[in-house]
Amino acid sequence: MTNETTKDLVDVSSHEGPVETPSAQPPALPDDKTAVATEPAVERDGVIQTQNMDIYYGSFKAVHDVNLNFQFNEISALIGPSGCGKSTVLRSLNRMNDLIPTARTEGVVTYHGENIYAPGVDPVAVRRRIGMVFQKPNPFPKSIYQNIIWGAKINGFKGSKAEADDLVENALQQAAIWDEVKDKLQESGLSLSGGQQQRLCIARAIATQPDVVLMDEPCSALDPIATLRIEELMLELKQNYSIIIVTHNMQQAARVSDKTAFFNIELSNEGQRTGELVEFTPTDQLFTAPKEKATEDYITGRFG
Amino acid sequence: MSVEAPERLEIQEHFPTDAEYDKLLGKKNRKGLIAKMFFMAALATAVLALAALLYTIVNESFGLVAQVNQNEPEDIVASFGYDPSTTALADLSYDELVESLGGGISTNVGRRLEREQRFYADKLVFESDELWAEICSSDEPPAGCDSSPRDHAGVLQLVNERIVQPDIIAAANLVPSLLDPQAFEEDVEVTFANTPERFPDYTFDQVQFQWRAWLNPTFLVTPQSTAPETTGIRTAILGTLWLVIITITFAVPVGVGAAIYLEEFARPSRFNDFVQTNINNLAGVPSIIYGMLGLAIFVRALEALTSGAIFGIEQANGRTVLSAGLTMGLLTLPVVIISSQEALRAVPNSLRQAGLGVGATKWQTVRSQVLPVAIPGILTGVILALARAIGETAPLILVGAASFITADPTGPFSKFTALPIQIFQWTALPQFEWQHLAAAASLTLLILLLILNAGAVILRNRYSRRPQ
Repeated sequence: MTNETTKDLVDVSSHEGPVETPSAQPPALPDDKTAVATEPAVERDGVIQTQNMDIYYGSFKAVHDVNLNFQFNEISALIGPSGCGKSTVLRSLNRMNDLIPTARTEGVVTYHGENIYAPGVDPVAVRRRIGMVFQKPNPFPKSIYQNIIWGAKINGFKGSKAEADDLVENALQQAAIWDEVKDKLQESGLSLSGGQQQRLCIARAIATQPDVVLMDEPCSALDPIATLRIEELMLELKQNYSIIIVTHNMQQAARVSDKTAFFNIELSNEGQRTGELVEFTPTDQLFTAPKEKATEDYITGRFG
Repeated sequence: MSVEAPERLEIQEHFPTDAEYDKLLGKKNRKGLIAKMFFMAALATAVLALAALLYTIVNESFGLVAQVNQNEPEDIVASFGYDPSTTALADLSYDELVESLGGGISTNVGRRLEREQRFYADKLVFESDELWAEICSSDEPPAGCDSSPRDHAGVLQLVNERIVQPDIIAAANLVPSLLDPQAFEEDVEVTFANTPERFPDYTFDQVQFQWRAWLNPTFLVTPQSTAPETTGIRTAILGTLWLVIITITFAVPVGVGAAIYLEEFARPSRFNDFVQTNINNLAGVPSIIYGMLGLAIFVRALEALTSGAIFGIEQANGRTVLSAGLTMGLLTLPVVIISSQEALRAVPNSLRQAGLGVGATKWQTVRSQVLPVAIPGILTGVILALARAIGETAPLILVGAASFITADPTGPFSKFTALPIQIFQWTALPQFEWQHLAAAASLTLLILLLILNAGAVILRNRYSRRPQ
């Protein structure tokens, strides 16, 4: 409880606050490789946890033994070179990988302590709680209003017209796009600019009342100003949602995230390139004092 | 290119010099030009072929005819005391038409006509009241007993058929009629002079030369008849429309459904690959094979259904418009499936991810997001299917379209004929009039196709323009 209030206070002044709480932990841990795997067990349980997660495409192992613990009301960034499997990991967190017929996830992914890969868990229900924003803005080719309300309706929203209007306004307000679109809610979502479209997609994702929002390189198709707006928006949304973002932009990870996971590619003996989690630490620490040599090489540009 | 790289790399030696390159450029452009000319020639060939087709049909559909009337309409009009130069046959009143009809046909023919359909609701023209009461109280009263009386247009047609009795003895095509009408008249005159035995009943003085549009409003709304001068294609048009309605009703839901399953739900498997390959092959199966299939399945095996027997409709066999429509449905199914699949495949995957990402099921995503985007493409397939259903002849012959039928199709269990069947029948007849009628029917078929396609295109454009 006290933790929460501190956070709220800190959030107002600066977003660097929350990272200080977990930063007290690492010194207590041994500094060898096996410790990385056991580390999450020491931390308090997060909103999403992965335990020994392996992801395969057919017989190809794309990601090996990922253990992550994403905390409530934090922004976590996944970074790493192309092909390291960070997007694969992100998509496996709300079972979007199920859409790829050959994809297979092993290990455990828990959401509020419940394994989302357990038999009997419907991925549709998972995705409602763990929303997603994609690399390229992909609004539905429908009106702005319909873009927001559709997700709510198919998830059983039964409110009146006025309540629906409220829901749409609320989602658009939260996504900081309300002022720009409030007079043209019936216009097509495709009539907006790229940055606006992406904020519309964020509004659409949060309209179904998730508590985690996954973002897969949400700014890679946007110009720097639109990127800045999305980043500001993420810092706003952190108060109500946990955000996990994949980014190629290390500055972006450093600017917005509380914790950062660095993935790297490991070449197996057969020449297979498998992604591996190298370290997952508070962002400040990762960029100033990385524990691993590979991380340091990557963030200083000496990689590969 | 005057700017020269300061240090030429070894590899650049393998590229042409500037002079050589200019030559190469000219060669490249010439090759492009030749290719372009070929493509233009290809297009020109296609346009020429279409133009030739249209020319032939239109040419035969209009033109001068040499006609002999048994009784001149002017005489009929004059017999009622009107001025033939200001009054036409059609301007006569109903009573006058009936009177002229009565004056020109035998009582027996009149009685037969009256038994088919009476002339007045309150009085009889040809029958006596006692006999009429007797035949109407018999076990099988004729249709005239309880149907409504004939109308003005009906009697006018009767007068034309029975009294005027036009006989077309020669006809010219449109272009010769326009260029040299005199030549046609001289031709007919020469024929009369040289071979009078060909027209024993007429003299050349009786022959009237006049313009005739073989495709005219009367032709469109008149049922089929054995006399080429008075026949029409109403039964065939209605048959074709019924056929199209049944085909589309069957092929579109089934075809689109199958496409949605294959594209959106089916996981890649050997079985699905097998199904897909077969659908692709079915699109190329000759239509006569589908006709045999329709004959075996719909006409024979499912006769109880297609004859309407299970709905209590008495019908001798399954050779109904329903059988033909379902056969056409099967025939067009592969086209609908394949084009719907293409349309669904063209919908960006990001849209599906967006739908699933907000917690929609696959079906919700397909119905609300994917399908609306795919509809214009699906309608393209429907247009193709429509065109095929209208034009196919072979399967209709096999499933038993009637070659001569005067009754309009009234429902899916009716016997029917269709425009292509009609055209096929008429072109096989030896008399020259039927060739012109076949051309007129072909023109009608093309116009009908154009109208139906325009409807589908308008629908498609509306869907693709709508922002929702």
